[in-house]
Formats: sequence, structure tokens, C-alpha cells
Amino acid sequence: MLIAIALIVLVVATVLFHFLSPWYFTPIASNWDTVDSTVDVTFWVTGVVFVAVNLFLAYCIIRYRHRQGNKAHYEPENKKLEWWLTGITSVGIAAMLAPGLSVWAKFVTVPEDASEVEVLGQQWAWTYRFPGKDGELGASHAHLISVDNPFGMDPNDAVGQDDVLVANPQLHLPIDKPVKVLLRAKDVNHQFAVPQFRVKMDMVPGMVTHFWFTPTRTGEFDVLCEQLCGMAHFAMRGRVVVNTQEDFDKWLDAQPTFEQTLAATKGDPAAGQALFTACSACHGAKGEGNRELNAPKLSGQSDWYLVRQLQSFKAGVRGSNDQDAFAKQMIPFASMLSDDAAVRNVVAYIKTLPEVRPPASVVGDPVRGKELYETCSSCHGDTGKGIWATNAPRLSNMSDWYMARQLQHFRDGVRGGHPQDFHGAQMRSMAKVLADDQAVADVLDYIRTL
Amino acid sequence: MAFVAIADRDHEHALHDPQSFIRKYIWSQDHKVIAIQYALVATAIGLVALTMSVLMRLQLGFPDTFNIIAPQEYYQYITMHGMIMVIYLLTALFLGGFGNYLIPLMLGSRDMVFPYMNMLSFWFYLLAVLVLVAGFFVPGGPTGAGWTLYPPQAVLPGTPGATWGIICMLASLAIFIVAFTMGGLNYVTTVLQARCRGMTFMRMPLSVWGIFMASILGLLAFPALFVSAIMMTLDSVIGTSFFMPAVASMGEKTVHTGGSPLLFQHLFWFFGHPEVYIVALPAFGIVSDLLSTHARRNIFGYRMMVWAILAIGCLSFVVWAHHMYVSGMNPYFGFFFATTTLIIAVPTAIKVYNWVLTIWRGDVHLTVPMLFAIGFIFTFINGGLTGLFLGNVTVDVPLSGTYFVVAHFHMVMGVSPILVVFGAIYHWYPKITGRMFDEALGKFHFWMTFIGAYAIFLPMHYMGILGVPRRYYGYSDAIQFIPPSVHEANEWISISAMIVAATQLVFLYNLIHSYFRGPVADGNPWRATTLEWQTPQTPPKHGNWGKDLPEVHRWAYDYSVPGAPEDFIPQNVPHSEKTPVGREHGVPT
Amino acid sequence: MSLTVAYAALATGIVVWAILVMKLRSKPWEATAAAAPQATGFSVSAKRIGLWIFLAVVTSLFCLFLSAYYMRMGQHAGHGSPMAAGDWKAIRDPTILWFNTVLLILGSITMQSARASVARSEVQQTRVRLFAAGLLTFAFLVGQWLAWREIRYSELFTPLNPAVAFFYVLTIVHALHLLGGLVVWGRTFARALRKDVELIDVRLSVELTSVYWHYLLLVWLGLFAVLLST
Repeated sequence: MLIAIALIVLVVATVLFHFLSPWYFTPIASNWDTVDSTVDVTFWVTGVVFVAVNLFLAYCIIRYRHRQGNKAHYEPENKKLEWWLTGITSVGIAAMLAPGLSVWAKFVTVPEDASEVEVLGQQWAWTYRFPGKDGELGASHAHLISVDNPFGMDPNDAVGQDDVLVANPQLHLPIDKPVKVLLRAKDVNHQFAVPQFRVKMDMVPGMVTHFWFTPTRTGEFDVLCEQLCGMAHFAMRGRVVVNTQEDFDKWLDAQPTFEQTLAATKGDPAAGQALFTACSACHGAKGEGNRELNAPKLSGQSDWYLVRQLQSFKAGVRGSNDQDAFAKQMIPFASMLSDDAAVRNVVAYIKTLPEVRPPASVVGDPVRGKELYETCSSCHGDTGKGIWATNAPRLSNMSDWYMARQLQHFRDGVRGGHPQDFHGAQMRSMAKVLADDQAVADVLDYIRTL
Repeated sequence: MAFVAIADRDHEHALHDPQSFIRKYIWSQDHKVIAIQYALVATAIGLVALTMSVLMRLQLGFPDTFNIIAPQEYYQYITMHGMIMVIYLLTALFLGGFGNYLIPLMLGSRDMVFPYMNMLSFWFYLLAVLVLVAGFFVPGGPTGAGWTLYPPQAVLPGTPGATWGIICMLASLAIFIVAFTMGGLNYVTTVLQARCRGMTFMRMPLSVWGIFMASILGLLAFPALFVSAIMMTLDSVIGTSFFMPAVASMGEKTVHTGGSPLLFQHLFWFFGHPEVYIVALPAFGIVSDLLSTHARRNIFGYRMMVWAILAIGCLSFVVWAHHMYVSGMNPYFGFFFATTTLIIAVPTAIKVYNWVLTIWRGDVHLTVPMLFAIGFIFTFINGGLTGLFLGNVTVDVPLSGTYFVVAHFHMVMGVSPILVVFGAIYHWYPKITGRMFDEALGKFHFWMTFIGAYAIFLPMHYMGILGVPRRYYGYSDAIQFIPPSVHEANEWISISAMIVAATQLVFLYNLIHSYFRGPVADGNPWRATTLEWQTPQTPPKHGNWGKDLPEVHRWAYDYSVPGAPEDFIPQNVPHSEKTPVGREHGVPT
Repeated sequence: MSLTVAYAALATGIVVWAILVMKLRSKPWEATAAAAPQATGFSVSAKRIGLWIFLAVVTSLFCLFLSAYYMRMGQHAGHGSPMAAGDWKAIRDPTILWFNTVLLILGSITMQSARASVARSEVQQTRVRLFAAGLLTFAFLVGQWLAWREIRYSELFTPLNPAVAFFYVLTIVHALHLLGGLVVWGRTFARALRKDVELIDVRLSVELTSVYWHYLLLVWLGLFAVLLST
């Protein structure tokens, strides 16, 4: 008896939950409203069945529950009833399948006028490529990928020279223009998914997969990876910004082409030496760092990381938080480097500085630290040397007091909170693994042994 | 055939009752002992997987409070939880446990036809479990590639356990498949060959039908996993390029040149989808028998039920790619696989109708097994209907990779079969142990598990529709579309999950306590018709039937036959004037 | 994959057919359906049924391997048009395989003749022929080993070449099945040598062993044809 009431209550609760809960599809931002209506049809058909069958079940339990003298009705089968039920079920199935297949037919036919954009997934970040003026993407191969050629483009392919490379996780798209998204993965399977667009597709290394949609609403949308891609899968985040055509064109023009990135990779250490005098006041003549002045060690740090941080300071991406006083101090100094060439020159000079061992200032339990470091090693490497492909800087042999403070800042959201600081945001989710200051000290003490 | 005479000798040894403790309980060739061995090992490893799910729920519900597990551990637990629950718990329990126990007893035979191989099957299974557990102690820990083990991720850095853990996993799976093949050969051959006199196919209880068809599916589908395990091991160990494409892993290019990750997905799901039915079909069969016995009514539409089992079994081989709609396979496959997938819903729906119609006009005794059976119908309707979302290619696209999928497969493949497992254990407990379980504790167990499980998984469907992705260690506040209510719901879900997990301890206590202290059960406490309740002793002795094998005279569902003195007629009771046979359309007027 | 699907369809088709033969349409609740209990089951020994089911499983295994072979070779249809795998460098199959094939055929024929002699209760002939069949099979395995060596030292050898990798996987899996067969053969032969055993008891063993031998010959011919044609 109780079970029958429970069934009724659960059915009512489920229906109420469906209508009252705040969770349903996010407001759509693409042309795929037909997907939503197919889901609605499915909800109606299955919902009716759910309510009807369960309520009938509850009725049967109440009506035919055991009482003294009750006897069940012996009836091995009822062909007519069974055929009727089969028929009705088939009609319901067809009612769901037909719209499903017709929408899918649209999904598999990419419109002729769709423009192409390539999304390149890697552990654990997104980058993008536009075909450039000639409207054609150049050849690429996973084995060509290197720190200077992160897109793995074929430098000898003339078609690829004007391809526009977007080396950060934020993609801009024009509104109301159908776009065919070509998907490529460097290392493992990923999936490019934006819930508001409804459609998505896996990215498989060795293949180029695709899907298409038309953005119908301007705004910013989160890009999620929805195919398990390793330890930091949950922190692989990107953003799609849907702009008006003008804003989009303006943005696209500001992005470098492959040709430009090829020309601009090398810095000049001699020119950098002059610029470094300003830095040496705090960071020391050999870039060895100075704790009293809150200046971390620079020598030995990965060059691509230094470039990115200097650019972040200049753009106000880092040091935007008021609580991050020392980062704020850095902004005017970084701004003294007038352009990207200057940044690259000074970093090229820092690369020539001799390696020194920074003094130890944090004490913890390195044995426990080793366990905690297992999480860090996925990106920063087993020896803490940093891995450019995962956007992870060097940790070994760097100032430990500085890393302790940065970990603190990441945990408290002081660093990595700026909307443009994608890699900082990633580190924010990761820093939560270190629950308290003791854990931070432990892991830093272990890093010192590397 | 000239050799029948030789074949018959196979069964002679079964009458010798082993005497020593070791021969009787450890190196036993008795199907009942092997069944219990299977069940105990499966339960033990299942508890490990349950503990992992609690740890994962603590992380998801209270990410800042309980900082117990790191991301790599989360992915390792998610992988092991899935793999253990699907393969090492459910498959082993339904086929190795219930299959072993029920097939010979329900069919009126003394044992499986190959008892020695049956014993080997269990020991290989135990070895598979030990190798699986060994994965926890190798450098790097067990694999964290997700239970689907997709390459190239499974064997590349960035994934936990990509060197040693994955090898342990693949080796354990290969050993499991060997164990299953030995068991499966036994189950199928026994059903074909060792039924007692009068037990025609159409007189077999549906439990046997379900287990029989599931064994056939397993025998044909597990080789696909075996093939992919071998090829992935070779890719990982000696650097072949079956699945491994040219990649730049962690910025370094690997030796591999042009393998196909999608090939693995095809092979995996060619096994993986029938695997769903390897778990579901025994559950379908067993629940049919529970419903019929406790509703005191014949199963409604027995022939349709048998046909549905056969149809589902056959169709399950042509639907695998519905797991791959957004995998990058040829998109035109979507039309075919969406159609086949939705067609398979028809026989499944018929089974549901017939369960409900069995209760309709019955004489429903709300015993503990019956409660679990009714609970199963409810959760299975829910999980089956959400399957229509994910099977329909267009609807699957927004929902794949979200919590909707998690909710769907836990409902249809986790909660539903597990409710049947519980119901079945309570149902056959008096036969297996000769004692009755504690009914109050059993009911407590049912209510907490049933309501608790629904509270866990119902909200997840809607999180999935919202777009909350699965397999995420945490949801930072950077994801704009996820409102705070989702985080609150996660807390409640975690609390429910822990309550449900703790309730299982009550279940174990009930089983252990009742084994020693429970009231002695009579041989047929549910007044059931099938043969296992008609054994001369309870629990049945070695050889099951004493001197003479039973002889079957009627189908398994003669409940409430009009004119009969009692509301059930066991299968081995001959027809006579006193026990008139039922007529096709019910009561004589 | 279509190969495997076809096989699975065939196998389940056989199951359904077999069950149909078992009067699936009867109404089991009617007394007339089977008024008198009758003997059930097929009139073949359990071991024989077991062997055939096992062969069905092994067929599934090889079908899947061959499906994987063709799919890997043709880089089955993904997004875009299917294209041949670029890294597939076809190898020249060692000539010794022809010789090995003849050995295996002879082994199968000898096994069949052993089966004939055991049916005629000729003790000595059974032993000789059984031994010869085992010897021929062993020679086949030695020949296979020579073939593996030959490829090992050819210039195209690299595990990265899927043609090479598949060659080894397919032939080794087949050889392992033969090796397992030889273990059973050893037991059968030992039994045939014993003086205290009646020949009738050896008969079933010899018969099942010969079925397995013919089956593995068929598998080999299938594999060999696939390897030659690609």
C-alpha cells in the first residue's frame, strides 16, 4: 500500500520538479532551436508514458493488493491487448524518431556559404585558426608541433602563410553567419562544446571532424571540453565571443598571421641587456631575485612564460586585483617595455643569465609534498622544469616564497580572476588541491628537492 | 549418434559428495558453492567501488570542505568505479552468481555440464579481480582514463596510471574474459543440454531465459573487448600503431604514425552495448519471476516475453554506435543507429507492460522481494524513457557528455539491476541459507535505497539539460551558466548518496546476522512453482535432487489456476483431475 | 565491422532458429502442449555442443580481428571521405606460408583419417595417425616461426607499420589456438596409448580434436587469403 502511495508521490514530485526546478536548457544562441523542439517532443511523449504507466502500476497495487480471500486472475496472455500496446508504442517511437532524423539531416548538411574556423584542442587549452584572406586553411601535422610552431603548420605551404592564428582560448565569431567549425586535436580526444549552441563534436587526433551552426545572439559563452582528456579535463576552459560583423572584423585584423608569427619569434639579448637595467634594481643583476623587495628569481624561468607575464602586466590582465599590491607595482615597470619586440629582447637576455640556487625560505614535509606534487606534475612535469605545451612554467629552482604567495593568491582568487587570464583561472581550480598553508609548504619543500 | 552413451557418463561423478572442507568449500566444483564464491568476491569488490563513489560525491558536494581526493585520484576512482560496477560486480554477480546458482536448480539438473571448468571460471575471475586491485599498488596508481579507456588518452601522459595502471586494467579484463568464456560455455551448454525430463524451452522460467540469452551475448561480444585490450596493450608496450595516431603529447612528438582512435571506440562499444543487455537481460528475467511469484499470478504474456528477450538480444548487436554520435564517425551512421536504437525500445516497452499487467488482477503480496521488484519497474521506466532521449541522435547531441547521461545510465544500468539483485537475494536467501532474513530490516533497506537513489539521480537529469558536464572534478565559479542552485543540489545529492551507501551496511548486517540467527526457513516459503523450491533438502545438497531427477509436467507460472486447491502448482506436479490445467483465456465460467 | 555484424547476425539467427525448432510457438500452459514428459535437449553430447559454442566464440574473435584489420587499412569512414591509411606499407608474405598451409592441410587430413580408424576400432593405426597429425601441426608451427623470423629481419619490419603488426597478431593468435589444440591432442594421444582404456572412450576425444583441427584449418585459410590479398 505504502509503495503505491510512494509511486504516486514520486510521479507527482517528478512532474513538479520538471516544471518548477530552475534548470532547463540555457537560452539558445544558435540556429538549432529545432534541436530544442525535438527534445520537447520527446519530453511530452515520454512524460505521458511515465505518468500513465506508473499511475496504472500504483492503481494495480492498491486495487489488487493481497486481502483475505483474494485470488489472482489466471490469464497466460491476451494477444489483442499486447498487439494494441505494441502498436501504440510504435506510433510513439515514430513520433520521436521522425523529427529527430529530419533535424539530423540538416545537421549533416553544411550550408554552402558557411565560413570556416579551426579549433585546435590540446591538454588543456584551446587555440583557433582562421583561413585568412585566401579563405583556405594551410596544411598542418602533429609532428610539426613545437614551441615556435604550436599549431603544427607546414611552413612550406603557401596556403597557410596568411592563416590567422589565435593563440589564446578566446574565439570571436560574427553574428548571423553560418560557420563550419573544423576540429583538430594535438594529443588526445577532446570535445568542443558550448551549451548555448546546442551542437558539439569530439576532436580526435589524426582526424579533422566538424559541425556547423549560426550564432544568433551576441555575448560571451563558455567553451567546455566534454570528452575526458586527462587530469585537468575539468579545467580546460575557453570562451566564444559572438560579435557584430564590424567588431569581429576589427578583432580579426588585430590577430597575427602565421607569416608574422614566424618573423617575430627571436629576441635580441644584446638589446635586452640595456632594458634589463630597470629590472635589475629589484630582481638583481643576475635575475637571482630579492625577497626583501618582493622580486622573484627570473633566471632559468621558461622564456615563453616570461613573455606572457610581461604582456599580461602591460595589458592589465595581471595586477588588476587591488589586493595584489606587488603585481600592481610591476605594471609600470612592464609598461616601460614599449612593444612586443622589447619584451622578447629582455626575455632573451634573461635567458643568458647564469643559473643560481635561490635560498630556501619555506619549510614543510617533503614526503607529503611528493604526494601532493603528483597533481602538479601533470602540467609542470615530473622534475618541475615546466612544459610549454601545457602552459606550465618552471617551478624547480625558483623562489619558493614567491610561489607560496602566488599559490595563496590563486586559492583566494587574487590572481587568475581576470576574465582574460585563462591560464590563471586554470591554476585557480588546481591550487584548491592544496587545502592549507601547510600543504603549500610541503609541496614547495618537495619542489626544492627536484 | 553413437557417442551419447559416453556423454552420459559425464554426470555420474556428480553424485559423489566431497567430504573434506577444502574440496567442499574452496576447490569446489559444486555450482552452488561456486555461485556463492562468485557472489562474495563480487560483493567485496563492489564495496570498494561503492566507497569510491562516496569519496567522489564528497568532492563534488563539498569541494572546499572535504579536500580528500586530488584530481588524478578523482579520475582514477571514476574509472575504477565504473569498470568494477559494470564488469566485476554486475556481470559477475548476474551470470557467475545467479546464473550458476539458478540454472541447474531451475532446470532440474545436478550441476553444470562442465563442473571442473566452472571451478576454473571462478578462479580466473578471482585472479582478474586481484590483478585489478594490483593496479592500485603499481607506480602511478590505477588508470584514470574513464571506464571507456579511450586511446590515445589512456596510454599518454596527462592521464593518471597511463603506464602501469592501464596495463593492469587491460590484463585484468583479458583474464576476466577468459573466466567469463569458461562460465558462459557452461551456462549455455547446460541450458541446451542438461534440462530434466519435460523441461521444454517454453517451460523454462524467464530467469533462465534471461541468463541464457545474456550468456550468448557475452560469448559473442566479449571477444571485441579482448581484441581491443590486446591491441591497446601492444600499442602501449611495444609501440605498434593500431589505435595511436600521430600526436604531440606534452609538446613532444610520439613515435606513432597513423592509428585510429575511432577504431577502438567501435570495438569497445561493439562489446559495450551488448554488455548493457548482458546485465539487463538477467535482471529482466529474474524480476519477471519475482513479480509472478509474489503477485500470485502467471507472468503476463510469457511467449511475448521470450520473444522480447530474443529480439533485444539480436538487436543489441546493431545499436553500438549510438554511443558515438558525436565521436567524429561518419555522421550518416546516425540515421541508421538512431533508427535501430529506437526500434529496440519496442520489445523493451512490451516487457514493461507485461510486468505491470502481471500485477494487474493479481493477488499482490508486498513482501520485501516484491517491493524491490516494483521499485525496479519504476526506476527502469524512468531510465528506459531517458534512453529514448539519448538514442535519438538529434536529442543526444546537446545531452551527451552531460549529467543527463550519468543519470540515465545509473538509473537504467545501476539502480535498476541492483534493485533486482537485492530483490533476488532476499527472494532466494531462504533457499541458499535455509534461514529467513529479517523483514523489517529488509524493508528499511528497500525504502532507503529506492527513495535515496531516486533523490540522487532525478536532479542530475535536469543538471544535464542545463549543460553541466560530466567527469568534472570541480565546477569553478568561472562557468557562467551554472547557477548556485546546482552547487546546493550537489550537496544534497552527496548526502543522499552517503545515506544510500550506509544503508547497504544494514543489508550486509541483515544477511550475516540472519545466516546465524535467522528463523529456520521452510523449503518453499514463497509457495513458488519453479523447481529450485522443490528440492528434497534446503539448502540443496550436492547433486541437488537426491536419488531421482525431477520430472516437469507444466510451465513455470501455474499460479492461481482456477479450480486448484492451492494458489500455486509446482512444475513437477503431474496433471490429474485434482489439479486441472489452466485454459488459455482464464476462468471457466 | 560489417563483417562482425554479419557474423553476430548469423550466430543469433542460428540461436533463434534452434529455439524455433524447440517449438517456441507452443502454448506451454496448455496441458496438450506436452502431456507426457519427454526427453529434452539435443541428442548430442554436452562436450560436443560445448566445443561448437567455443568455436562460435573463436569465430567472433577472428571476425573482430579481421574487421579491425580492414578498418585500420581503409581508415574507415569518419568525418570527410574515408581515405586509405598513409602508414600502411604492405609486406611481401613469406613464401614459406604456402608450405605451412600444405602442412596444416595434411595435418587435418591425417586427423580425419585417425578419426576414421578409431571408428573402425583399429588401435595401432589410430595411434600412428594421431601422432602424425600432431607432428604435422608441430611442423606447421615451426614453419610459422620461420615466417616470423623472415619478416623480423626484412627491411620493412617496424611495429609502427600496421601491416606488420597485424601480420604478427593474426598469425600468433592463430598459432596460440593451435598450441592449445596440441595440449588437448597430447592428452588424447596419451589416452590412446594407454592399454587399460577401451577405444570407445578415445573416440569422442579424437572426434572433437579433429573438429577443432578442421576448424583451425579453415581459420588459417581465411587468414591466409586475407593476408595474401592485401
